Amino acid sequence: MSDVYVMGIDMIKFGRFPERTVPQLGAEAALLALDDAGLDIRQMEAFYCGNLLQASAMVGQRILQEIGQTGIPVINCANACATGATAFREAWAAIRAGLYDLCLVVGVEQMGKAGLLGGGGGGRGIPTEGLLGSGLMPAVFAEAGMEHARKYGTTFEQFAKVSVKNHHHSTMNPKAMYQIETPLETVMNAEMIAYPNTKLMCSVNVDGAAAAVLASERKARELGMGRAVRVSASVLTSDPYTDRDLVMPDVNTCTRQAAKRAYEMAGVGPEDLDLVELHDCFATAEILHYENLGLCAEGEAGKLIDEGETALGGRIPVNVSGGLLSKGHPLGATGVANVYEVATHLRGEAGRRQVEGARVGLTHVIGLGSACGIHILERVAS
Amino acid sequence: MTEAAQARKPLPIRPFLKIPDDGEPHLEGQKCRSCGEIFLGERIACAKCGSREGFEPVRLSNRGTLYVYSIVHRSFPGVEVPYVSAVVDLEGGGTLKGNLIDVEPDPDKIQMGMPVEVVFRVAPRKDAEGNEYLTWYFRPRSD
Ligand SMILES: [Zn+2]
Repeated sequence: MSDVYVMGIDMIKFGRFPERTVPQLGAEAALLALDDAGLDIRQMEAFYCGNLLQASAMVGQRILQEIGQTGIPVINCANACATGATAFREAWAAIRAGLYDLCLVVGVEQMGKAGLLGGGGGGRGIPTEGLLGSGLMPAVFAEAGMEHARKYGTTFEQFAKVSVKNHHHSTMNPKAMYQIETPLETVMNAEMIAYPNTKLMCSVNVDGAAAAVLASERKARELGMGRAVRVSASVLTSDPYTDRDLVMPDVNTCTRQAAKRAYEMAGVGPEDLDLVELHDCFATAEILHYENLGLCAEGEAGKLIDEGETALGGRIPVNVSGGLLSKGHPLGATGVANVYEVATHLRGEAGRRQVEGARVGLTHVIGLGSACGIHILERVAS
Repeated sequence: MTEAAQARKPLPIRPFLKIPDDGEPHLEGQKCRSCGEIFLGERIACAKCGSREGFEPVRLSNRGTLYVYSIVHRSFPGVEVPYVSAVVDLEGGGTLKGNLIDVEPDPDKIQMGMPVEVVFRVAPRKDAEGNEYLTWYFRPRSD
């Protein structure tokens, strides 16, 4: 089976663009990625498009209406917050299977007026939010964090430090939604949404798009490997049955299973990683994933953040882009934007936030419901 | 409210809350005949073991312990905040989510692992037809 390479990848600056359409945002990212690869839409053999909120609206085809209707197969996919990673992986799988030599991937989302709390549940009877506890994301991830606190004594302050770090990182990322330092007191004293997550510990709803051009090894060699990035693992899992998962979505087990398979597939371990972009939809979530991805021993995630090991310059920098907390979280775009971040470091093109000498990086997303997508990427040039 | 609605007893907020004519309201679980896992709400087959052997209805305990919680300060318009969203493990099996009441919404006043009981009350909300609903809450217990 062919190895798969990222030949071009880019993202638009995340922000709020109510005057633009979803296909326009996606098209802009697609053209950036094609330009980055030095290729043209007419060379693409298939197009994998990830979008969640307009999943029934043929977003991929509408993007081609903006940039060139060449008649290639378009695969629209939706998989909660793992949507972008799923589109990326499907393109990877098709190339690996020998179906195509060149594929385009786009992840795009327009969050519109979706508030911090997201959509509410419908159904018959009476609304149960605030009556049978909370099913809203801030509380769901607060409760997941409290499970860690219960086991290991993790504190509100330790969770808050994740947000301080990621906001600091985003001051060096011009494509992030925010470039604002947020000291610990500011994070901890911000409006409490669902203890222990304050407003600054919740991801930012933004519009955004990211795109990639993937190639088979044969095609990559033909085009030149200079800036190519190898996809050395692609894994997708769903949530296996675990205790309490009817009332507490389990983001841990599916991440652990995906990570194990990804490390095996790539032939690397967590100690070989130079940087990680993981799914910090809430500050509490980042702490859980340190252990889920094997970045530290069980119970040591609090210590890892306390000692600055996951900050730029630390042992294993996490979410140098600013993460979902400050770069922003346009659901369907997130899984491709994460790959853009890691690829940019592997190419040595990340500017002020560059992780020096980065050779191997990992991306991770979680779609609640649940889906976990992990990719491991490696630099090709020596 | 229609007269018919007034005459009716409250409806269960979830189908697994049973309200017998001649007994106390209680929660009913579905116990897998193959692996014994207890679910709230009916399923076609077991999510844990995949067995299609079916389920035994079992009456769940009103006693449990607080597993985890969050104190919710922002919610949809009309939802009274702050309140405590809690996940409770019931004695003998079954895990349930609900509001923890009769405690201060303060992390220093709430201990994970603390004993709680399930109590049933009429919910402070009605549906469009004026029907009342019976719901559950958790509160600390001392025994
Ligand atoms: Zn079973």
